[in-house]
Amino acid sequence: MKFSTFKRHLREGLKNIFRNGWMTVASVGAVTVTLILVGAFLALMLNLNQMATKVEEDVEIDVLIDPTSDEGDITALGEKIKKLDQVDTAVFSSKDEELKKLIKSFGEEGQSWELYEQDNPLRHVYIVQAKQPKDTIKVAKKIEGFDSVEEVIYGKDVVKRLFEFNKYARNIGLALIAGLVFTAIFLISNTIKITIMARSKEIGIMKLVGATNGFIRWPFFIEGMFLGILGSIIPITFILTGYYYIDHNVQDKITYHFVDILPFYPFAWQLSLIILLIGTVIGIWGSVMSVRKFLKV
Amino acid sequence: MILMNEVYKTYANGVTALNGINIDIEQGEFVYIVGPSGAGKSTFVKLIFREEKPTNGNVIVNNMDLSDIKEKRVPYLRRNVGVVYQDFKLLSKLTVYENIAFALEVIEESPRNIRQRVMEVLEVVGLADKTKAFPDELSGGEQQRISIARAIVNNPEIVIADEPTGNLDPDTSWGIMETFEEINSKGTTIIMATHSKEIVNTMKKRVIAIEDGVIVRDEHRGEYGYEI
Repeated sequence: MKFSTFKRHLREGLKNIFRNGWMTVASVGAVTVTLILVGAFLALMLNLNQMATKVEEDVEIDVLIDPTSDEGDITALGEKIKKLDQVDTAVFSSKDEELKKLIKSFGEEGQSWELYEQDNPLRHVYIVQAKQPKDTIKVAKKIEGFDSVEEVIYGKDVVKRLFEFNKYARNIGLALIAGLVFTAIFLISNTIKITIMARSKEIGIMKLVGATNGFIRWPFFIEGMFLGILGSIIPITFILTGYYYIDHNVQDKITYHFVDILPFYPFAWQLSLIILLIGTVIGIWGSVMSVRKFLKV
Repeated sequence: MILMNEVYKTYANGVTALNGINIDIEQGEFVYIVGPSGAGKSTFVKLIFREEKPTNGNVIVNNMDLSDIKEKRVPYLRRNVGVVYQDFKLLSKLTVYENIAFALEVIEESPRNIRQRVMEVLEVVGLADKTKAFPDELSGGEQQRISIARAIVNNPEIVIADEPTGNLDPDTSWGIMETFEEINSKGTTIIMATHSKEIVNTMKKRVIAIEDGVIVRDEHRGEYGYEI
């Protein structure tokens, strides 16, 4: 394409945005609403995903060792656990260490537990981590059968449910986003279709004097792209300010370790970029789809 | 130049417009297509710039067989065929200059050539002083000349006119016909569907009469042959 032709397409595309007035506003509005929803969903989903992954990674198996076993038994058990294929690490932690951890986790109130230092009711443990979080249950079942094992603690149902929930949450989230995007494309292609009716004469003449379909499509392509970009502005502002607020204010009030949200930088910017891309694609697709019918002259 | 061989055209709604047309038109000819309304004149004309496809038979224009030309090639065919309509088909939001330049812009002509060519054709149709006017500010005859200028601006080998004088008064019609005559004298083939007995009988050219989808008469320096 010649540069002068490209300039013409750019000029025509921009001119149409202004010429179509309220229709432009309607299209941009449709993109804006969609992108705000998609943005909120994405932020929520990616954070949930992040949390889930973290929780998944944190899933460990506590192997409580039978108090009657001697040092030799304990070492043998450790060796056996480490030999399992799916096991990543198996760390020994004596009952004294376990008590210290417990006291620490209770903070100020933990002092009352110090009484037990004389007569520790806890057990020595192996803290086992599976290579793949999803293998946790399998590994735990195997260890249960070993000698010198008193009990295996891994939160059976919690782990299972967590994995299932994550799977569904991801799929449902993706389906919702896809649905929203298609609705927006449909809305835009309809709004633009109305504006094209008015321009169908122009398109007819272009075809008559020998314009290629590609040539006719270009200004619409550019127009759609700008509609998408315009429609992304408000959602991106929302994401950046909203996420900044959450990151700086709400985060501090949540003390549970595992709900660490993704940090503002770079996450909010990455999300903005994704929103801009989705907006552009929606705009272009909606616009180009609506010209198609008029090109069959 | 233009060759039709056993051409049939039946529209999707079942109407048969052409029923076996055979014709051979040479480069530089001036041809009137006459016949009653609904006889198939418009369909005949539309086949030449591939606005319609024949149901059967071959239409060959400039050595291209339009019956099986690829959709992608159609724009390039049309750059060789200028079309003039009864209702002008000008863009009312563009000036005279822009309307004509439009035809060159869409085929990606360089801006310098556009300027030169537009002024040249405006000279040919005698409206060089109206470049900045909008179509609505001009008379019907002037608008038709602009549409002729647009049709010839990219130097097509064929100009097709579908009742170009249908909306114009007799005096204006003669002016338009002179313009066509001049274009034809430079070697451009002109095919004109018309209802004007006066024009056909005065400006003697080849006459092809179509009735019920078939050619009933084909005479050089022919007559209109129908009573109005």
